[in-house]
Amino acid sequence: MEAVLEFEKPIAELESKIRELKRLSDGGGVNVVDEVVRLEGKLEQLLRQTYKDLNPWQKTQVARHQRRPHFGDYLEGLFTDYTPLAGDRGFGDDQAILGGLARFRGEAVLVMGHEKGRDTETRLKHNFGMARPEGYRKAVRLMELADRFRLPLITLVDTAGAYPGVGAEERGQAEAIARSTEACLNLGVPLIACIVGEGGSGGAVALAAGNRVLMFEHAIYSVISPEGCASILWRSPDFAEVAATALKLTAQDLKRLKVIDDIVAEPLGGAHRDPAKAIDRLGTAIAGALDSLSGKSPETLRDERRRKFLAMGTAGVA
Amino acid sequence: MNWLKKGRAKLSTIFRRERPTSEEVKWDTCVNCGQMIYHKEMVAAQYVCPHCGHHHKMPPKERFAALFDGASYDAIGVPKQADDPLKFRDKKKYVDRIKASRVETGEQDAVTVAEGKIGGIPAVVAIQSFAFMGGSLGIAAGDAFVAGALRAVNEKSAFVMITSSGGARMQEGILSLMQMPRTTVAVQMLREARLPYIVVLTDPTTGGVTASYAMLGDVQISEPGALIGFAGPRVIESTVREQLPKGFQRAEYLLEHGMIDMIVHRHDLAAKLGGLLNLLMGGRRDDRPAQLALPSPAKGKRAAAN
Ligand SMILES: [Zn+2]
Repeated sequence: MEAVLEFEKPIAELESKIRELKRLSDGGGVNVVDEVVRLEGKLEQLLRQTYKDLNPWQKTQVARHQRRPHFGDYLEGLFTDYTPLAGDRGFGDDQAILGGLARFRGEAVLVMGHEKGRDTETRLKHNFGMARPEGYRKAVRLMELADRFRLPLITLVDTAGAYPGVGAEERGQAEAIARSTEACLNLGVPLIACIVGEGGSGGAVALAAGNRVLMFEHAIYSVISPEGCASILWRSPDFAEVAATALKLTAQDLKRLKVIDDIVAEPLGGAHRDPAKAIDRLGTAIAGALDSLSGKSPETLRDERRRKFLAMGTAGVA
Repeated sequence: MNWLKKGRAKLSTIFRRERPTSEEVKWDTCVNCGQMIYHKEMVAAQYVCPHCGHHHKMPPKERFAALFDGASYDAIGVPKQADDPLKFRDKKKYVDRIKASRVETGEQDAVTVAEGKIGGIPAVVAIQSFAFMGGSLGIAAGDAFVAGALRAVNEKSAFVMITSSGGARMQEGILSLMQMPRTTVAVQMLREARLPYIVVLTDPTTGGVTASYAMLGDVQISEPGALIGFAGPRVIESTVREQLPKGFQRAEYLLEHGMIDMIVHRHDLAAKLGGLLNLLMGGRRDDRPAQLALPSPAKGKRAAAN
């Protein structure tokens, strides 16, 4: 069921060869240590070469990789005392956006993010990380709670976008997203937004208007998916690769455009190859971002965040 | 014709006509009922079909003239930025698309801003025009929105936003997406200055525009029949693979679902806005922050003794 990305096929072949050799040597008898060492060296070189300059379309696939760490993995790796909170108090509890109270390196915080799910069952449960209005309304409720109790807010963004459905429209999807973005911009506590996988359009911004926006090296953040853009502007989804390049959706592009603040380096071969290391690196980046904001008054935090977003698109574009 | 003298906007630009002779004899066809309507009659009716009442798209300058008292208003300039920050090209170059839209519409970009009075209340009005690249929200439109909101804050005017847009402008990529939080900050400035922010949704308003400033009004008005939503109906249809309910995402449907305050016919819009602004700006303008006057809580023993 696990699909190997097209450009990773040579890597996967080498990995399976190494696994096979190791299995043989475990059986005893055959001494393959030298060969394994040689192949592992080759693998590292191949990974380095492949991942040095992934094109935007390849990054899109890495960002969506099924084995990439998800909200639950970050919770486990970086937070303690997680106490989930649920519901928008109006309609229901949206499982596409999860959140609650927790401790990050000892400090009480509020953590919130999209969860895509990993297999058929959990993907359906979390609606593939595509939130409905009640998800954004829960987000607003949690943000207001964080503000009231002066808890720093950490958001983990990973969504293809808000869900396009009849019920979602009926219950005011657009308004819910707008209010959630506005809630971000109202906070008197630090908001560290982390684009960990896919930052898809308005459904991502709604949790991402932060004092600091961190983004993984191979994550993407875009106004529309490459496929969607290709269908509209090129009138064919076959142009997704071209659209991905044109949209400038990589972390490197976004840093240059001053839309994000910092890029978090991924382990060699992407976060999906070594989730623990990726999670650890994100933790370090979050801690650094929180440190850089410590001691600032609620007014300053709000003011700086608003100034930053008021300048979006007018600075650093050249 | 009192407004002729008072009108500060140049009449020649309000009634710009490329070919006056052909314009005189031009006929329009109602997109709803298919009736032929003499173009002059259509203009006089503010592009509302006299037969079926369908609200057609209306050029911004004619809207300004129809909304402001005495058709008198001043344009608000918007600082100009370099076009095409991403050097975007699809089948066509983005710069060429912008140029073509500028020629076609006579506007610089999708949002134009002006100030004047509505019902005697000073107001800034921003109009988003679908004719300019589908009214898409890019940096220039964001600039115009912010400029309008700032002007309103500085002049203590109300801000009226008339929307029409397919959403964010894809050709500006992430920078167009960032106009959503950017314009939201401008809305917050109006809120904090306690100035009315009124949104008038016109056909169609979808995508990132609906998911930001177009749904954050103090009062949400829509023109009859306008399509309003986050996702476009075709996207939804292909996702849910079923027929959409009748009237789905139309103004009347939104009113029924509690998403807007009212539907106002275009001919009544100026009067309705004037009435609303007079009520909203007519309260006691007390700038002191609201404070609850509660007695300080009684301390331990005494409270117990009582
Ligand atoms: Zn008609």
